Amino acid sequence: MTAMTPTTTSVVTTPRRTPSVASPRRRTGRAFVAVVLIGVGVAFLVPLAWIVLAALDPAATVSVKLPESFTLDNFSQIMTWDQTFRPLWNSAVISGGTAILTVLASVLAAYPLSRYQMRFRKPFLYAILFGTCLPITAMMVPVYALFVNLGLLDNVPGTVFFLTATSLPMAIWMTKNFMDSVPVSLEEAAWVDGAGSMTALARVVVPLMRPGIAVVFIFVFTQAWGNFFVPFVLLFSPGNQPAAVAIYNFFGTYGTIAYGRLAAFSLLYSVPVLVLYLLVQRFSGGSFAMSGAVKG
Amino acid sequence: MTSLVLGARTPGGVRRPRRRPGRAALRLLPLLPAVVLMAVFLAGPVLWSFYGSLTNQALTGYRAAAPEFVGLDNYTALFGDGQFWKAVVLTVVFVGASAVVGQNVLGMALALMLRATGRVLRSVVSAIVVVAWVLPEIVAAFALYAFFATDGTLNNVLGWFELTGPTWLITFPMLAVILANIWRGTAFSMMVYDAALAEVPPEITEAASIDGATGAQRFLRITVPMIRRAISTNLMLTTLQTLAVFTLIWVMTGGGPGTSSSTLPVLAYQEAFKFAQVGYGTAIATVTLLVGAVFSIVYIRVLKPEVD
Repeated sequence: MTAMTPTTTSVVTTPRRTPSVASPRRRTGRAFVAVVLIGVGVAFLVPLAWIVLAALDPAATVSVKLPESFTLDNFSQIMTWDQTFRPLWNSAVISGGTAILTVLASVLAAYPLSRYQMRFRKPFLYAILFGTCLPITAMMVPVYALFVNLGLLDNVPGTVFFLTATSLPMAIWMTKNFMDSVPVSLEEAAWVDGAGSMTALARVVVPLMRPGIAVVFIFVFTQAWGNFFVPFVLLFSPGNQPAAVAIYNFFGTYGTIAYGRLAAFSLLYSVPVLVLYLLVQRFSGGSFAMSGAVKG
Repeated sequence: MTSLVLGARTPGGVRRPRRRPGRAALRLLPLLPAVVLMAVFLAGPVLWSFYGSLTNQALTGYRAAAPEFVGLDNYTALFGDGQFWKAVVLTVVFVGASAVVGQNVLGMALALMLRATGRVLRSVVSAIVVVAWVLPEIVAAFALYAFFATDGTLNNVLGWFELTGPTWLITFPMLAVILANIWRGTAFSMMVYDAALAEVPPEITEAASIDGATGAQRFLRITVPMIRRAISTNLMLTTLQTLAVFTLIWVMTGGGPGTSSSTLPVLAYQEAFKFAQVGYGTAIATVTLLVGAVFSIVYIRVLKPEVD
């Protein structure tokens, strides 16, 4: 098991409980571990709790506290097209477009990489692997300069193309590894029946790797959905901005006076990602989101 | 990219006479959309990064439309700029403290402890840690801003003990963003190490403990050597991810006060968009990219067997 990326997650594997003959003082050790774990859990929970509690608090402050009364006013106040729905819709368009394009391009690209022995296959895979590591955020200034020259600033398709290109290396890598696990013999049967390679891909391979494709789709969608820096630099008219940028602008304008609404918006914006994350675990059956990045 | 060049050369299939010419090119066709997209929008910015760093492009005005080629001037200025070296030091501190030490040690400790505890505690704690990692980055940044703000949660909690906390984001901005990045990224290391630990056969540690090895000895002499590949890949990945962190720092401190928490990505952004020096900002980006490339190459060497 190469930990190219994390594996498992619902959330952590259940260890085999082999009774140990050679482990004295187990009880005190376990109590100590439990205390430390509870401490860590609380420390991690507190910032998360602020989002939920502040969203339900009519008088939310910057500090976490139990609200004196619970309200949904924070949510109802932000239920406007400009404030919430348009940014969320833009996010859906950008992330959806990115995920669809990425999946299409990477399924096509993975097929020759997985099925044919070609001279450049190895260098290409190395280049892909290299691309998965590049610190993309470091590149936003030259990306901006390039987009100025291409006339693609404040252009949603341009942003989608850029996000697609940056997610392709990882997506191709994952898709190829998923495809490797589909036996070739099934395609051979299709070839004998007269199917071309693209027909075999569409009719045989893709249906067999549907869970893998779903994992890649969700992985790319989630990354694009959570991306702040790319749209922050490339899109500047409010009509084009996704939720990540809208929420930042809101924070700059009203954040210090309207923490409740900020938290409510944060919750609405985070829920899709959390749901998709749970879905991934369903699809990948316990083995984690990116196990496609690992040869199984 | 190489694929296209090699694709065009495929009459090299002449050596293998059974192949019709053009067939190999046809086989490469499915690669085309991905290759074109990556060539324009990934290789493009990388090349532009090198080129743009040799110009004096500005954000607005005449120099924005017609930048001049200035050779290595930006780099000369950069390497003589105290601000740049400060950012380099801050980046090393940020990556070292939050990724190499913080996320890895805490991730390993959590993975070990979660394996040694009951099911309920294991699911609850690991779920909380993972949610911090799954949340959109900007939401995580707000949550941590609220935690470290002057009237925020941390100082409130300190107040219960009659302590007056400092203004964390102003007095200790680096400490705040380092702790924030540990909070944000530990889940990744925890999951990597948990998966790796699951692969270590219990018989071996058992045998060692019968031979009288203490817990620390078992961990250092048996477990660590057995999962060293997971450790090295995880160190590389967390380093690369942390090198690219922008949003967390930008929302929490804006790189400030002044530039006291401006790591390289933040400094590149400030130079380009606050001080309108796009060429200079691009030079900083290029340096960051090169550092990332060095780490990537090391990482690929570790992963080499995956490709072969």
